[in-house]
Amino acid sequence: MQLIPCPWCGPREEAEFHYGGQAHVAYPGDPSALTDEEWARYVFFRENPSGPFAERWSHNAGCRRWFNAVRDTRTHDLLAVYRVGEPMPEVTA
Amino acid sequence: MTVSPLAAWHDRLAALATVLDVAEVPFRSQLTVRVSDPDAIAAMGSALGVPFPSAACTFASGTGRFGDVEVLWLGPGEFLVTASPGLQVTIEEVSRGALGTVGGSVVDTSAQRTTLVLQGPLARQVLAHGCSVDLHPASAPVGTCVQTLLARTGIVLQVTGEDRYTILVRSSFAEYFAAWLSDACAEYLAVA
Repeated sequence: MQLIPCPWCGPREEAEFHYGGQAHVAYPGDPSALTDEEWARYVFFRENPSGPFAERWSHNAGCRRWFNAVRDTRTHDLLAVYRVGEPMPEVTA
Repeated sequence: MTVSPLAAWHDRLAALATVLDVAEVPFRSQLTVRVSDPDAIAAMGSALGVPFPSAACTFASGTGRFGDVEVLWLGPGEFLVTASPGLQVTIEEVSRGALGTVGGSVVDTSAQRTTLVLQGPLARQVLAHGCSVDLHPASAPVGTCVQTLLARTGIVLQVTGEDRYTILVRSSFAEYFAAWLSDACAEYLAVA
């Protein structure tokens, strides 16, 4: 089974983790000003790259903390993990 | 009368003795502490007589006014304080006092988990049947404390000595865990 390196607990089995979708999707600054279409874009529309993708993961069975990871969607390799609030690191896929 | 989560399993666990010493240590006082402020962490440590662990995936033990107390790292800013049965109310009050006005919480979670102590040269091998964390002393020295899955059950595992592990398992999963453990020991019982 694939090991995912939790920024706090170190490498653990993938089964301990929960996937949280695309990272760095900012909450709208003024939610009440959004049109329905803009809301739909914020809620439902996500990138779908072929290659490195910044995602949120939660170490559910361990420290139960959310963190971000850059995963290559073609190979399922985790290229980098970093804590919430940190900028996405440069990766070479 | 309070019945421990594994009361019905004590005989069956004792029957594993040729492979593994397994004993339930029920009703331990357990408190989940959420605190991030370093000064508050230090204050709580001195109030309980145990410095809180600063490194991830470790636990600290010590003796203070509450006897032998252990503080387990559960996550950044999250700890589990364990002590002898019946002390949870006093420890909660003392910890809250030490926390002061700093943001944080102390919650009595004694009923959430029961404690098992596993001991024996085969302990690591038996645990490896269901736990993917490398428990070799080189990567999990004494003092290691991990939360992980063991046979799909969430556990807190402490390495308390050479071939000695303390496992905290949810009370409602304790019987499942005991059943799994009996099954995992079966192949060693045959040759023992």
